[in-house]
Amino acid sequence: MSVEISVNGEVMTAYLSGELDHHSAAAIRKQIDNSADLNMPSLLVFDFTRVSFMDSSGIGLVMGRYRNLSRRGTKFHITGTSPQIYKVMKLSGISKLATIDEVKGD
Amino acid sequence: MEIVNKFSLNILSRSANEGFARSTVAAFASQLDPTLEEINDIKTAVSEAVTNCIVHAYREGLGKIYITGEITNTGVIKIKIRDNGCGIENVSKAMEPLFTTVGGERAGLGFAVMQSFMDSIRVRSRVGGGTTVTLVKKIAPRYSVNG
Repeated sequence: MSVEISVNGEVMTAYLSGELDHHSAAAIRKQIDNSADLNMPSLLVFDFTRVSFMDSSGIGLVMGRYRNLSRRGTKFHITGTSPQIYKVMKLSGISKLATIDEVKGD
Repeated sequence: MEIVNKFSLNILSRSANEGFARSTVAAFASQLDPTLEEINDIKTAVSEAVTNCIVHAYREGLGKIYITGEITNTGVIKIKIRDNGCGIENVSKAMEPLFTTVGGERAGLGFAVMQSFMDSIRVRSRVGGGTTVTLVKKIAPRYSVNG
């Protein structure tokens, strides 16, 4: 699992890639937090296009960032989810915290 | 109903083994010719169960996780994930969605995912005596175009 972060004005996008689980989430969490602290985005986008697997640790990752950043008014958006990832997202009720793009095809 | 194949796998409760465990179980399940969705359901549920062993059962240190699987001639897969960790004080509370004892980065969704993605789940636990999670899923038979 790795993350690439791009910042465009007030929009920060975290491009995740690989398998996202409890093991791999720990490593990328810090990178996202450091960049968010530095850039103070008004919108944080999680791009899952290149994520091949995600369990509920992915929900924890988004929720943890939401807990820290929503106080400053940062909005959250999730894009590029596979059907497997979308299924976990839907179950979690995370759409109450973040907008989620339509699921991409298989 | 007859058991046609079995496996057993013992791993150390290192988080690096989460991916190893779910991929191994998925490879075993592939004998039943599951759809991509079915195989992903199994992978996700196993990942949650193994993560629970690491984050909760063995939060004080390393321990062993025992995974066994069997498939039947009726297309049913049964997976058991057992640990000798601290046990769960209140299983029904632990199974409530969004309930977590660790907070922070854990969403409290592990059992909810297992329940939703598998046909059945059974949790047996004793404080100080470890936990066994049994996951069952029936793979619908499919007939390939090429016979």
